[in-house]
Amino acid sequence: MSISIDKQDPSGRTDGQRIGHEVGAEAMIQITDMNKWYGSFHVLRDINLTVHKGERIVVCGPSGSGKSTMIRCVNRLEEHQTGTVVVDGIELTEDIKKIDAIRREVGMVFQHFNLFPHLTVLENCVLSPIWVRKEPRRQAEERAMSLLERVKIPEQAKKYPGQLSGGQQQRVAIARALCMNPKLMLFDEPTSALDPEMIKEVLDVMVQLAESGMTMVCVTHEMGFAKTVADRVVFMDSGQVVEQAAPSEFFSNPKSDRTRLFLSQILKH
Amino acid sequence: MSSRDSESQVFTPRPALPPPPRTVGLAGWARQNLFSSIPNTLLTLLSAYLVWVLVPPVIDWAILSANFFGDSNDACTGEGACWVFIGQRLNFFIYGFYPDPERWRVNTVFILLALALVPQFFPMVPAKVRTWLGVFALTLYPVLAAVLLMGGLFGLPFIETSKWGGLMLTLVLSYVGIVVSLPVGTLLALGRRSGMPIIRTICVLFIELWRGVPLISVLFMASVMLPLFLPDGVNFDKLLRALIGISMFWSAYMAEVVRGGLQGIPKGQYEAAAALGLGYWKATLLVTLPQALKLVIPGIVNTFIALFKDTTLVLIIGLFDILGAVQSAIVDPAWGHVAIEGYVFAALCFWVFCFGMSQYSQGLERKLHTGHKR
Ligand SMILES: Nc1ncnc2c1ncn2[C@@H]1O[C@H](COP(=O)(O)OP(=O)(O)OP(=O)(O)O)[C@@H](O)[C@H]1O
Ligand SMILES: [Mg+2]
Repeated sequence: MSISIDKQDPSGRTDGQRIGHEVGAEAMIQITDMNKWYGSFHVLRDINLTVHKGERIVVCGPSGSGKSTMIRCVNRLEEHQTGTVVVDGIELTEDIKKIDAIRREVGMVFQHFNLFPHLTVLENCVLSPIWVRKEPRRQAEERAMSLLERVKIPEQAKKYPGQLSGGQQQRVAIARALCMNPKLMLFDEPTSALDPEMIKEVLDVMVQLAESGMTMVCVTHEMGFAKTVADRVVFMDSGQVVEQAAPSEFFSNPKSDRTRLFLSQILKH
Repeated sequence: MSSRDSESQVFTPRPALPPPPRTVGLAGWARQNLFSSIPNTLLTLLSAYLVWVLVPPVIDWAILSANFFGDSNDACTGEGACWVFIGQRLNFFIYGFYPDPERWRVNTVFILLALALVPQFFPMVPAKVRTWLGVFALTLYPVLAAVLLMGGLFGLPFIETSKWGGLMLTLVLSYVGIVVSLPVGTLLALGRRSGMPIIRTICVLFIELWRGVPLISVLFMASVMLPLFLPDGVNFDKLLRALIGISMFWSAYMAEVVRGGLQGIPKGQYEAAAALGLGYWKATLLVTLPQALKLVIPGIVNTFIALFKDTTLVLIIGLFDILGAVQSAIVDPAWGHVAIEGYVFAALCFWVFCFGMSQYSQGLERKLHTGHKR
């Protein structure tokens, strides 16, 4: 039997005081009874999750619990087998056109940055606006520069990714995703490949992004980030959503014993 | 507060020092590279001895007692090389049997090629100019060269390909081979990695078929067997058949080289491109293929060099490339024993072009190096 709390109230979003923002009534992501298998291995089991416009979700859970797989199903980097995934009103099916439409609206940031090493920082940022959105180069470059300023590395625009530190690369990756003007941003452990000194600079950018009202789904173990930014924390284990609650509730009063065990383990460090 | 100040230390980095003297300068270099250990010292001495024994006779043969000027075998009086022979037969080595009055056409083709390619070696030529010259060399140039060499159009007399020969034929064969095999090989490599089973099967079959037979048998088949299958009267050019055979054969090799490069691109690159909304062709052309090709530049150039040298095999189907021309000239009874001179000359010609390709690829690798990889 699956544990799904979602169908009731999308969480007690009472503590909106931390970072003032509005959560819309419309759903940005609506995942219903989603299942996925790798061969005969059942990775995702009856996932139900709704993310509203403007909402910030933190997904956490032990390694191998299916967090990455779940958020990768949202932009179809992975295919689900049963159930439905609706993103911004478009249901994800085999239809290439719909997949492309969704990928244009959804930005993604990866654990290992995945910048294109043969292109400069600026070229990385304008590639997709120019070739997918057909923006004129000038306009795309201006926008890219303003976003690079927002992530505080405009002076690196002409360098190649291989010449930047990990933290700088990850901020470029965020700027690159933002250049497409996404309605939704997905983060898959954006800080876990970074040295401690660089984690903060990336988290700062993410907090700032949250303040601007972006809808975000972040897989992360940065519990400080979850406490200050998230509207809801989703805890996964063995391919299931075990529990989801507002951070105050989640950290102080976890309902499931599995959550309690997980929290006690990561808070020990 | 004062107590804390006295405890905390100010960190000052040490100044950079010059390296120890034993590792710099000529003496330092020699000590490190030539005499660092007893085996190394022995090897150095042995090499010096071999150079002493081998180099002077070669110089003596090639230059000091060689004959450079004259117009027949009688001019070759010295003990050394008879370079007069090369000078006298040079036109044959370059143009084969291409008729004398039309050789300006071959020269024009050579000069255009040089104009397009030589600037690629010089960084001071603006990048835009070099790109356009490169595009010209790959698109308009082959058409132009074909019209000029073949003739039959615009009032140019038609020259049968059976008259083509020498260096010119070598260059035609290798240029066409190179210009066809890289794009076709790339498409085959992409096809072999395709998710569509039919395309994948076709590409695998094509690659394995061509790669599994020696080039010699490909050429034999093209020249001897193909006409048997064609209806009577349809008889397409021997050179054209050789060109198709060589291009297909090397495309199959190139496909595997490029596939090696595509294999080396991390999965994250494909995913990032997909997440940005780039479709298959855009992701391939803008993101993965440029990286893959860059990764395998050494392999690509290696294939080009092998292709260039293996054009000599057309000799067995009766086409006279530069080696064939040299070989038929050295048996001329009007000249004495000039085989060594002929072969040295042919080898030098090959070496110049192959070395040029190798140098160009190294320059390209340096230029495309964009910072250390993780
Ligand atoms: N391509 C694949 N083929 C088969 N199994 C896979 C594949 N990708 C992931 N898995 C398995 O699916 C499970 C979930 O993987 P996933 O990457 O989603 O976990 P995760 O929660 O993101 O873990 P982590 O915190 O280590 O990133 C793991 O057990 C993993 O071994
Ligand atoms: Mg993961």
